[in-house]
Amino acid sequence: MNTVSPYVLEAINISKRFGELIALDNVTLKLRAASVHALLGENGAGKSTLVKCIMGYYQPDVGEVLFGDRQQAITQPHDALLLGIGMVYQHFTLIPNMSVAENIILSRPRLPLIIHWRKEMAELKRRMQGMPFQIPLDAPITSLSAGEKQKVEIIKQLLLNTKVLILDEPTSVLTPTEADEVLGKIQTMSREQHLSVLIITHKFREVMNFADEVTVLRKGRYVGSARVDQVSPPILAAMMVGHEIINTPLQRIPTTNPRPLLKIADLKVTDDAGVTALTGLSLSVNSGEIVGIAGVSGNGQRELMQVMAGQRAAHSGSITVNAEAYTASRAQMRRHKFHCLPEEPLRNACVASMSVADNLAFRRFDRPPFAVHNGLLNRKAITQRAKELIHRFAIKTPGPSTPVGNLSGGNVQRTVLARELADEVDVLLVANPCFGLDFGAVADIHQQIMAARNRGTAVLLISEDLDEILELSDRLLVISNGKLVHETTPEHAELTTIGKFMAGH
Amino acid sequence: MHNFMESIAIPTAALVFSLLIFSGFVAFSGNNVLEVLAAIYQGAFGSWFSWQNTLVRAAPLMLTALCTALPARSGLIIIGGEGAMVVGGLCATLTGISLNGLPPFFVISSMACSGVLSGGAWIAAVGALKHYRNVNETISSLLLNYIAIAILNFLILGLLRDPATLNKPSSFPIGDANMLGTIGTTSIHAGLIFGLVVCGLLWFVIRRTTFGFSIDMIGGNIRAAQISGLAVGKLIIITCFLGGAAAGLAGMIEIAAVHGRANTSLNAGYGYAGILVAFIARYNPLAIIPVAILLGGIRASSGLLQRSFDLPDATTLVLQGIIFIVILASGAVYGRLNWFKPKGDSP
Ligand SMILES: Nc1ncnc2c1ncn2[C@@H]1O[C@H](COP(=O)(O)OP(=O)(O)OP(=O)(O)O)[C@@H](O)[C@H]1O
Ligand SMILES: [Mg+2]
Repeated sequence: MNTVSPYVLEAINISKRFGELIALDNVTLKLRAASVHALLGENGAGKSTLVKCIMGYYQPDVGEVLFGDRQQAITQPHDALLLGIGMVYQHFTLIPNMSVAENIILSRPRLPLIIHWRKEMAELKRRMQGMPFQIPLDAPITSLSAGEKQKVEIIKQLLLNTKVLILDEPTSVLTPTEADEVLGKIQTMSREQHLSVLIITHKFREVMNFADEVTVLRKGRYVGSARVDQVSPPILAAMMVGHEIINTPLQRIPTTNPRPLLKIADLKVTDDAGVTALTGLSLSVNSGEIVGIAGVSGNGQRELMQVMAGQRAAHSGSITVNAEAYTASRAQMRRHKFHCLPEEPLRNACVASMSVADNLAFRRFDRPPFAVHNGLLNRKAITQRAKELIHRFAIKTPGPSTPVGNLSGGNVQRTVLARELADEVDVLLVANPCFGLDFGAVADIHQQIMAARNRGTAVLLISEDLDEILELSDRLLVISNGKLVHETTPEHAELTTIGKFMAGH
Repeated sequence: MHNFMESIAIPTAALVFSLLIFSGFVAFSGNNVLEVLAAIYQGAFGSWFSWQNTLVRAAPLMLTALCTALPARSGLIIIGGEGAMVVGGLCATLTGISLNGLPPFFVISSMACSGVLSGGAWIAAVGALKHYRNVNETISSLLLNYIAIAILNFLILGLLRDPATLNKPSSFPIGDANMLGTIGTTSIHAGLIFGLVVCGLLWFVIRRTTFGFSIDMIGGNIRAAQISGLAVGKLIIITCFLGGAAAGLAGMIEIAAVHGRANTSLNAGYGYAGILVAFIARYNPLAIIPVAILLGGIRASSGLLQRSFDLPDATTLVLQGIIFIVILASGAVYGRLNWFKPKGDSP
């Protein structure tokens, strides 16, 4: 940005409380026209709350939102849409069993009573040509990858003639390549088509490469704003946490007499559509070992995770834990200390409407001291333990009785982490553990996983982030088209070879 | 806190709104609205006599409501209370007829057992179909209602028919000795006690036991329940069984406390009204009690309306239907009302 453009959207002195918890304390954010503005902050800093106040999803207790110099009464997201402010939320909001076109058309704030589908489709096709991404319009949402879904969410907003586009962690479920593509296109649009973009992210790389300005929040307070060319990642990191960052490197202790804990033999699994997702997959994981599975998303990782977690039945093949056939029953999970950190924790491992305390108790609610006299719940013990875990794992929540769905994305992740890692673990299954976490939390989770490994846990790590796998694994496998196609160790890994196998060549 | 406020305020507003629509209906039929509303109140809660009538009708409603409320907590929308009640009543009658002559306490207990077991099995089958074959539970439970009623008609017109019953074909009687008595000097039968006790008991099970906790996990997010290793299928089937058992007990009570023999009075619509009760009570077994009394009152006032205003018998059913639709529509309002949104310090 060469000339300084005027502000198009200003949120001034916003404060917002949820009960006891002060989510935002006098925060100001000013977005310039035709620019990309990044909003940074730790998990639970209040980023989502701030943009939800701007969108009218929440009403701020104090403060006002100016849009194009005028104070606007935005009392619901509908008002914001009509003004030309669009938002892509942290979680997907597409209707899964409808097509891309249907999702896009139905999202208009003013829908006619009767939709003339043929006319709408023709119009949509015409307008799609001006869009930065192309997606097959008649594809059902369920058939899309995370990256494609995110593109649909963005297109949905752009087609509404959005002037201000707010993106809440649009890249946390994307691979770095996908993220670069999406953000690059958005940056170009902001310059060429006068689009103003506010983007929440945890990745400094994205801020440095694609944003013009940046605002940092810490614990609900405004820390500062700057032009991106005047800051650097270490400065931003220090602004986020309030002090210098000291990186403790991961300690990998050599494992003494490893024994095979987890064995998968010739596993065949079909996906929801009945298509084969895993075509005879075999692997084994030893105690005190992290085996990483790298691959482009949609090559069978999700189905592998679901089978292991008991969410999907295998077609054939066997899973053995501790030399016993494993059926993902509660008794077996307990006996083998088998724990799981699935991706999208709110969707896969939490009940959003139940409290943090209840969610923390999912593994142990039916055992003493949480259950007494053969099946009565001891709520006191459950709350007591929740308080301990909240403290030990630094979960930011108003209290143990808050519904877990009200927590910030990162803190939902921490809740599951606390539940799964608090006790002794023999076998740990991890899938994309760091999606949506701030850098401090990522380092923390990596430490926890490594610590578990050093205590003798067998860890199977499925991740789309190759750097994460290279950093953590003892052994690295590449999955492509439902098969393991390559095995190596991080020391001997060659990125070009791995890339080739990931791409399926 | 605002959740609790909401769950009282919204149904109340919906009830008031339903009464307004109903008033329009009454005015259209040429009656004085205020007089009719006053008569409904009079017929439901206006005197000790009408209270007794109301409570007698509330008892089966409490039980059939549980048939929808319990499975709903595990995520299944079941509308098979009518069928489970018919089956329960029918099996209780069969038991009563075949054991007639044995000590009454033994006969009555056996009738209760067979009502509970058969009603439970009836709805457990719905749960099993859902879990193992992925059959939509709402549709299968609805179809099972028709099957139950068909079986009832088949038996009371054939095998079980007492030739002495002419204008209303019925089964042989279970015998006066085997009838459930009334409470004290009232006309309220012991069924009310069953209703209250079962509602209280199941509330306790849901709120205080690990079983209830598991059910809420399954209903809240089945994936989270699976990843915790819960035996989802088994738990769903047990929940369905408990719901069906409550409705089966309602059938047994109608036989043993009111009719004394099986006939078409068994499918008088308590099962369907129970769905409404469960919805209004938001699947909370304790809330079912007052809601059942309210709906029981509306049903109880039907006779008075007929006598004083010459309004058809179905009038209260119209009111019930209006409430049903308004309550269903009001479900869309939860969590959206601005004055319930967390504002300052009261989330
Ligand atoms: N509806 C709500 N009720 C109660 N507390 C809430 C609610 N929404 C958010 N909070 C709390 O407000 C704080 C800020 O949450 P917010 O979602 O804005 O964080 P965030 O910066 O977006 O974090 P993340 O990076 O993890 O998404 C958190 O501590 C969260 O628990
Ligand atoms: Mg957020």
